[in-house]
Amino acid sequence: MTEATPTSVARRPFLGRIGEVPHVGLVAALVLLAIVGLATRPENFATSSNLVSILALASTIGVITVGMTFVIIGGGIDLSVGAVMALSSVWATTLATQSYGPVVMILCAVLVGTGAGLVNGFLISYGRMVPFIATLAMLVAARGLAQRMSGQRTQLVQQANTAIVELSTTRVLGLPLLVYVFALVVALGWILLNRTTFGRRTYAVGGNPEAARLAGIDVRRHTMLLYGLSGLCCGIAAVLIMARTTTGSSTHGDLYELDAIAAVIIGGTLLSGGRGTIIGSILGLLIFTVITNLFILNGLNTSDQLIAKGLIIVVAVLMQRRGALTGT
Amino acid sequence: MPASPPDTAPLLTMRGIVKRFPGVRALDGVDLEVRAGEVHCLLGQNGAGKSTLIKILAGAHQPDEGEVLLDGEPVRLATPTAAMRQGIATIYQELDLVDGLSVAENILLGHERASFGFTRRGESNRIAADLLRRLGHGEIPPGTEVGRLPPAAKQIVSMARALSHDARLIVMDEPSAALAHDEVANLFRIIREITAQGVAVVYISHRLEEIREIGDRITVLKDGRTVAVGLPATTPTGRVVSLMTGRDVEYVFPPRPAPSGERPEVLRVEGLTVPGVFSDVSFSVRAGEIVGLAGLVGSGRSEILEAVYGARRASGRVLLDGRAVPPGRTAVSVRLGMGLAPEERKAQALLLDQSVTRNITLAGLGRYARAGWMDRRREAAEAARLVEALDIRPPDPRRPVKTLSGGNQQKAVLARWLVEPRRLLLLDEPTRGVDVGARAELYAVVRRLADEGVAVLLVSSEVPEVLGLADRVLVVREGRIVHEAPAVELDEHRVLDLVMVSTNEESHVD
Repeated sequence: MTEATPTSVARRPFLGRIGEVPHVGLVAALVLLAIVGLATRPENFATSSNLVSILALASTIGVITVGMTFVIIGGGIDLSVGAVMALSSVWATTLATQSYGPVVMILCAVLVGTGAGLVNGFLISYGRMVPFIATLAMLVAARGLAQRMSGQRTQLVQQANTAIVELSTTRVLGLPLLVYVFALVVALGWILLNRTTFGRRTYAVGGNPEAARLAGIDVRRHTMLLYGLSGLCCGIAAVLIMARTTTGSSTHGDLYELDAIAAVIIGGTLLSGGRGTIIGSILGLLIFTVITNLFILNGLNTSDQLIAKGLIIVVAVLMQRRGALTGT
Repeated sequence: MPASPPDTAPLLTMRGIVKRFPGVRALDGVDLEVRAGEVHCLLGQNGAGKSTLIKILAGAHQPDEGEVLLDGEPVRLATPTAAMRQGIATIYQELDLVDGLSVAENILLGHERASFGFTRRGESNRIAADLLRRLGHGEIPPGTEVGRLPPAAKQIVSMARALSHDARLIVMDEPSAALAHDEVANLFRIIREITAQGVAVVYISHRLEEIREIGDRITVLKDGRTVAVGLPATTPTGRVVSLMTGRDVEYVFPPRPAPSGERPEVLRVEGLTVPGVFSDVSFSVRAGEIVGLAGLVGSGRSEILEAVYGARRASGRVLLDGRAVPPGRTAVSVRLGMGLAPEERKAQALLLDQSVTRNITLAGLGRYARAGWMDRRREAAEAARLVEALDIRPPDPRRPVKTLSGGNQQKAVLARWLVEPRRLLLLDEPTRGVDVGARAELYAVVRRLADEGVAVLLVSSEVPEVLGLADRVLVVREGRIVHEAPAVELDEHRVLDLVMVSTNEESHVD
């Protein structure tokens, strides 16, 4: 599922490489990690329960990563994702919201996330703030608001609303529903990015905002929508984390922004915008999640796990850079 | 007038300099000879090769052929640092100062006075103050942040930086462009002082009266070649202009149709003003008419184009087919039927990494979409059709646009505005960096569009292009339209006169 690979790859090896090598490298890395898993923990790694838990773990950040991919291809960055997800989960689990039932809770989470995203977008597009700063402010403020609303207590999803929790407990074909939600978001994101005018404009706005503006694209409005989209993803992620943990809490999603950004970058998306793929981001995220899983299975220190992740970011970017250099 | 320097051996000699860029020969055999203590003026139209030549002197470009001699010794100016070490300092038009650093820090940038990595602030300030005093500007405090200084003072700081390198040769690229009249007088005083100390100055300016005042000798460049070396600065204006304009390059323009009676007015501009850039600009363009704006870089012509397009906020009115165009909203302008091919193709028009197809369809995405969903087959078919119609080579719409030559990139930008028929096309330097053959093709495309009824507004630094392609010419100088005439009634000489010679000729500096 790479995008529009030209048919005449042989004649233009360069294009072919740009479209494929990052993904080939990422898939190879995943396979390698799986081999390591099988070698070190043959009895635990390949079990269905372990694979399911990897996917369930990846789902929450995965949904956020889809939104982040859009924002970064569009030339921005969103540091507020973890905090916005936490705020959405808290807002959706207040006693008042819970009294309306699970549908309203989901709606609430999604609306709060989208709203926060649009505020980011408005500050960046029309307030001309630097994305890094606007979303950093949102990170701090959203977490603060989440703490205030919850009184820093963890809010349980009530008995009456366990329908939400069923997203993680109900299984179809062996996989919990939330994995399907994740897959759906990825599919819709891929379609939006590769098959619609919105996606095309996203690449244009990130690749050359001045050219996009002079070609008659409303760059500001589009930028605002990109952050709104990222916020929407945070709202969906909030529903997933409520399902997984049965709680809403101001501490949810701590440092998710770093994992999401790292996944996007490992996936080959340029931080300067204009280039990138959803599939790459998701592969990047799976690599991260599998590593976490391997460290847990092998009973290794979480500090070593962080070191390994840091190294992976560096290696991935160095490899992509080399590809880009030899390509031109 | 400064005293004529003695007829000594030249300080700098450049012989047979050739510099090629992909698709263009920017310099094609340039000679230059500069003596110690003289002000040597470099003249030539835009694109004649002045900038390339001074970049070679500054060590920013390497010549492909030819030699550079300093004091009779061949030198290789491999890097800007190497050029500086040889005593060549360059002051660019856009002053390359760091706004956030102090005056002294800027002057000593790259050769800071320091011990163990710690800058010696007192000593740096003292050196800077000395240099500024030498330039007659002891009043500029060395500790001030450069960003807070007015343009004239920044110029002085740049000059002090050049002197701090013990420069023997200072290249100044249009130093007077950003200065007011009395500041120019001061600049000239400083130039006289430093040349009296034996430093040579290579001075670039479009203002002929300035050259007459400060220059000793003139070298004229045309189409990348030297056409006159070391003329006395007293050479009559007429002679200089004809040296600059007599050209070897043959322009092939499509025939103009006979002006056909009453065609509807497409564009009307009334009292368009951006304070400090241009003011009270009014004109109109009819359907099928090509109107050219002639003027120097910085005269406001590109800005006028951007304001008409709504890409730059301006007061006044822009009407397209009688409907007001709102300022600052390019999306509306495009919807109303305008299209702009901007001046900087790569920076302002193209998505370089993306395919020719995606670049062509960028402004008309909605045309291939239903409820936002792209019909990629139709998109590809239409892009392929346009690639064929404009003969974009290589004829492969999937190729990244950055792999195309300048002329073909420009065709891709034009193709963008052929996706949906336009009412008005704004073309800013449409043939910059485009080779001669492709130019003729572009001219033909533009004329064909006009024949189909599109109104065209053209900006070009190349006077022959404006005269050859446009039906009517507006001459812009210092933000005002100073002359308007049918192209057939003008010649290059006349336009250059209008464009270059300042209206206040009499306001000489004492």
